[in-house]
Amino acid sequence: MSEIIVVTSGKGGVGKTTTSAAIAAGLAKQGHKTVVIDFDVGLRNLDIVMGCERRVVYDFVNIIHGEAALSQTLIKDKREPNLFILPASQTRDKEALTLDGVGRVLEELKQQFSYIICDSPAGIETGALMAMYYADRAIVVTNPEVSSVRDSDRILGILASKTRRAEQGETPISEHLLLTRYSLERVATGEMLSVQDVQEILAVPLLGVIPESKAVLRASNTGTPVIFDETSDAGQAYSDAVERLLGKDKPHRFIGEKKKGLFRRLFDRSKEEQLA
Amino acid sequence: MATDAFQLKGSLFTLTVLQLHQADMDSLTHQLDRLVQQAPKFFQHTPVVIDLQAVQQVNGAIDFAQLADQLRQRGMIPVGVRNGSTAQQQAAIAAKFAILNATTSKAESHPGDTAVESSVTSMPNKPSLMIHKPIRSGQQVYAQGGDLIVTAPVSQGAELLADGNIHIYAALRGRALAGIQGDSQARIFCQHLAAELVSIAGHYMVNEALQQVSYNKPHQIYLAADKLLISPLG
Ligand SMILES: Nc1ncnc2c1ncn2[C@@H]1O[C@H](COP(=O)(O)OP(=O)(O)OP(=O)(O)O)[C@@H](O)[C@H]1O
Ligand SMILES: [Mg+2]
Repeated sequence: MSEIIVVTSGKGGVGKTTTSAAIAAGLAKQGHKTVVIDFDVGLRNLDIVMGCERRVVYDFVNIIHGEAALSQTLIKDKREPNLFILPASQTRDKEALTLDGVGRVLEELKQQFSYIICDSPAGIETGALMAMYYADRAIVVTNPEVSSVRDSDRILGILASKTRRAEQGETPISEHLLLTRYSLERVATGEMLSVQDVQEILAVPLLGVIPESKAVLRASNTGTPVIFDETSDAGQAYSDAVERLLGKDKPHRFIGEKKKGLFRRLFDRSKEEQLA
Repeated sequence: MATDAFQLKGSLFTLTVLQLHQADMDSLTHQLDRLVQQAPKFFQHTPVVIDLQAVQQVNGAIDFAQLADQLRQRGMIPVGVRNGSTAQQQAAIAAKFAILNATTSKAESHPGDTAVESSVTSMPNKPSLMIHKPIRSGQQVYAQGGDLIVTAPVSQGAELLADGNIHIYAALRGRALAGIQGDSQARIFCQHLAAELVSIAGHYMVNEALQQVSYNKPHQIYLAADKLLISPLG
């Protein structure tokens, strides 16, 4: 069984590529054969975040047009034997992708991989629709601000209506909310929405909260998915998210639930007693 | 023997009727714009009949060609007029409108006609449309001929339309328009009210006025003496 997971957001620059790289690397680290595909044709940067930009020979568009074989195009990660990258073309535009072509490539990848991660471009046009069309699951990357939440809501509507599963009336795509660039200080000052605010508006299960972190920039500058930085807060938050994606129940960290005060603990206890 | 290319059949349809209250084109287009803005998709390709009953005695000719043009520009498809004066009907025919039977004024109607009219205008008893998934920004749901029941949140930028009542057992952050075919008895019920717009039978209220109510109480919205009222439930 293999699964196609799209990482999408509507709004640009919220952390889709960072997330695609981290989640793909995390799944591979857990022993699952994983490929991550860059759907951002024309603006590719997944290869840079993954640190393999010098090894790109052929790309996604070449395969679709029959100009290269999958085996020639896939790039094997140097750190993690289960991890592969399918880069996007830098020179073509998004119209070079066709639904049929994408479908054929995904079918071929399904034969070899347990997880196929699709890094979507921003927006709600062709590229984004291609990236989500065949997905089984969707990770909706959202920053804790009003415009990003609004775009995520829009994308969730499109996931529920314009994808293959929706069109064929199959079980809907399962949706996961990933809140990234979360800053406790800015939530406290009211500059940013809280986890609870976002969850209430979007009504989608929470896959994880990734803190705003210097480790992310450091990681992308060295071409290393941040999940490999095991001591960093963002790396750990992504590891937790991968475990939840695999069905494990992990409490959320980095959401600012400081140690409960005495009063709060007593209050919770009395509630539990009432329930018992 | 050659088979017929077609066959003619009689059939009944429910059509949207635009009751003209005045002949002034500017105020008409103004109101049309507001209406279309409220429910953009609802008026796309909607056939419309113009009822002239209230403007029969109005002095000065109605420019039917311009009227049709204004309706088309907003996505509607003007099909005919009814209840016009003889002069109005001729002007309407010249502008390629069909003339529909004048059935609302008792004096002219034949016994058979009234039966047809009432069966067309009374709300067909359709089952409610039930939705259990969140309705997202950019999505629109229309319960034609009945009630709309939603058990999940309605996002800002989403739009609910119903010929009957609208029930939302969650937060309403988008738009809800009940009784859109003119049923002034229709109501909107919701668990959390944070709507952008609510409307019943064309009477609407927008954000600012709605801001006064408390989000955490369930509310109902209804029409009383042509005024839209909001009151807490329970
Ligand atoms: N948790 C984080 N903390 C700090 N910086 C972050 C975090 N996540 C992402 N960033 C930074 O935000 C920027 C955008 O990230 P990324 O390229 O992953 O977004 P994207 O959604 O893929 O953008 P696009 O829509 O352009 O494809 C990058 O500079 C990245 O380093
Ligand atoms: Mg990106």
